[in-house]
Amino acid sequence: MSSRGLFSRCALILGLVFLYLPILSMIIFSFNNSRLVTVWDAAHSPTLKWYVALAGNEPVLRAAWLSIRIALVASTGAVILGTLAGVALARFGAFRGRLLLAGMTTAPIVMPEVITGLSLLLLFVALQQLIGWPHGVGAVTITLSHITFCMAYVTVVVQSRLAGMDVSLEEAAMDLGARPGRVFVRITLPLILPAIASGWLLAFTLSWDDLVITQFVAGPASSTLPMVIFSKVRFGVTPDINALATILVSIVATGIAASTVWMRYQQRRRERDVLLAAAANL
Amino acid sequence: MVAGIPILWLLVLFLIPFLIVFRISLSEVRLAIPPYTPLFTWHNGSPLLQLHWSSYAFLFTDSLYVSSYLYSLKVAAVSTLCCLLIGYPMAYAIARAAPASRSVLLMLIVLPFWTSFLLRVYAWIGLLKNNGVVNNVLLWLGVIHHPLVLLQTDFAVYIGIVYSYLPFMILPLYANLEKHDGALLEAAADLGARPMRAFLRITLPQSIAGILAGSLLVFIPAVGEYVIPTLLGRPDQLMIGRVLSDEFFENRDWPVASAVAILVLLLLVIPIMWFQRLERRELEAK
Repeated sequence: MSSRGLFSRCALILGLVFLYLPILSMIIFSFNNSRLVTVWDAAHSPTLKWYVALAGNEPVLRAAWLSIRIALVASTGAVILGTLAGVALARFGAFRGRLLLAGMTTAPIVMPEVITGLSLLLLFVALQQLIGWPHGVGAVTITLSHITFCMAYVTVVVQSRLAGMDVSLEEAAMDLGARPGRVFVRITLPLILPAIASGWLLAFTLSWDDLVITQFVAGPASSTLPMVIFSKVRFGVTPDINALATILVSIVATGIAASTVWMRYQQRRRERDVLLAAAANL
Repeated sequence: MVAGIPILWLLVLFLIPFLIVFRISLSEVRLAIPPYTPLFTWHNGSPLLQLHWSSYAFLFTDSLYVSSYLYSLKVAAVSTLCCLLIGYPMAYAIARAAPASRSVLLMLIVLPFWTSFLLRVYAWIGLLKNNGVVNNVLLWLGVIHHPLVLLQTDFAVYIGIVYSYLPFMILPLYANLEKHDGALLEAAADLGARPMRAFLRITLPQSIAGILAGSLLVFIPAVGEYVIPTLLGRPDQLMIGRVLSDEFFENRDWPVASAVAILVLLLLVIPIMWFQRLERRELEAK
């Protein structure tokens, strides 16, 4: 192997260690008995007491439940709007407002969150003065804001999937007399379903995880999980947060592992179908 | 219809809000609801437009704001450079790996991104504290004899930003490097070019688009970063995102907070448009 290959491989391994070491240390210390998070109390560890403490922590559980509900609604809304935008950008050629739409769907991805958050809150305040809605800030304004920044990601995912896809199937359906709506439902939608699914997951994660924008548009009665975590960790490290992090990491790891296995299985089935079809034609 | 709904949504919830921010930045703070003066007042039956540039003037008279701006730019630039130096070899190694292991490696890069950003930053508090893991290991190894002050330093902020944004650098770089044709490098080697020279003359110039996309994807949000400097950074030198948030929540000065936002936007509008152009080209080249 060339020296360059060796160097980049070492960099990759060190980089992965860098990415995983903090997560690993969080998991290890979630089983630590000591209140001092970073000193391992060998005599009384491992222990599950922080997990027990977490299970009885009413504000954390309430916030987690609110975050889940917001993320479910926001990711679904973002998928609908993002898919429409992605299809329009990838398939409609040069329509009026194309540049505007393209700009407005890429800008939120890089826009610093404090600016997005501030501008959304000022919008809601102005709307309330103008038309009397929304009534104060809370779960509704959080959800609307999350839909807005999540749909940008869905748009990019759907658009790049469509850009890499052959239009001939859609054209064939159109030649056979299918109306555009029918072509979309019967041909395009099934083909981009994997992109829509990963867009939904991405949107769910982003919504579930967002702190900065949420802080601007949240009210006193609507603390999401990241807000509760932030107010806790701002005043120092607390071991029950390690337990919470471990639970979240396990859920994500399980989900990713399951989806990988599922995709492998689908892939094998497709390959087998192709083989069978080829054999049948012999 | 299909294009109209998302356009309408984004106009109302993305574009118009910026106009509102701009409009409020031209008001003056007052003790009322809303806490800023109206732009139009009625004067003897005719509307009178009142623009106040005082918030902007204020930002340039108090050195706190100018130094926060410059500090944010410096932190974002240094972090972007570090991300590039760490991320490029990693992306390169993944692009050169066997096709079967590529998807696994990519998944390993993306996996931390799916877990909470906030918790990953929080993990570094436990690592960098005075009695944290890093100091304990170094003391145990005998490298140092007194704990180093790592938390609440510039170093901690760089670590936090590089750690959180590294996948955003690696992914566009990988997408670019993966498309390169190995035959060019072989040809260069056949013609007697050393690996380093071949890399500098062939691979590096071809990956400029990936480098730019990754760097902008890190730099632009890093300028306005709020969580990382708040949890890991110095209390005496704030980044501009924190300044904006403090003006709004602590001082309740909406016009000044809006003026800060507008000035950050002015700073970022060129990088953002640059990023959009790269992104459009990437999506339409396929």
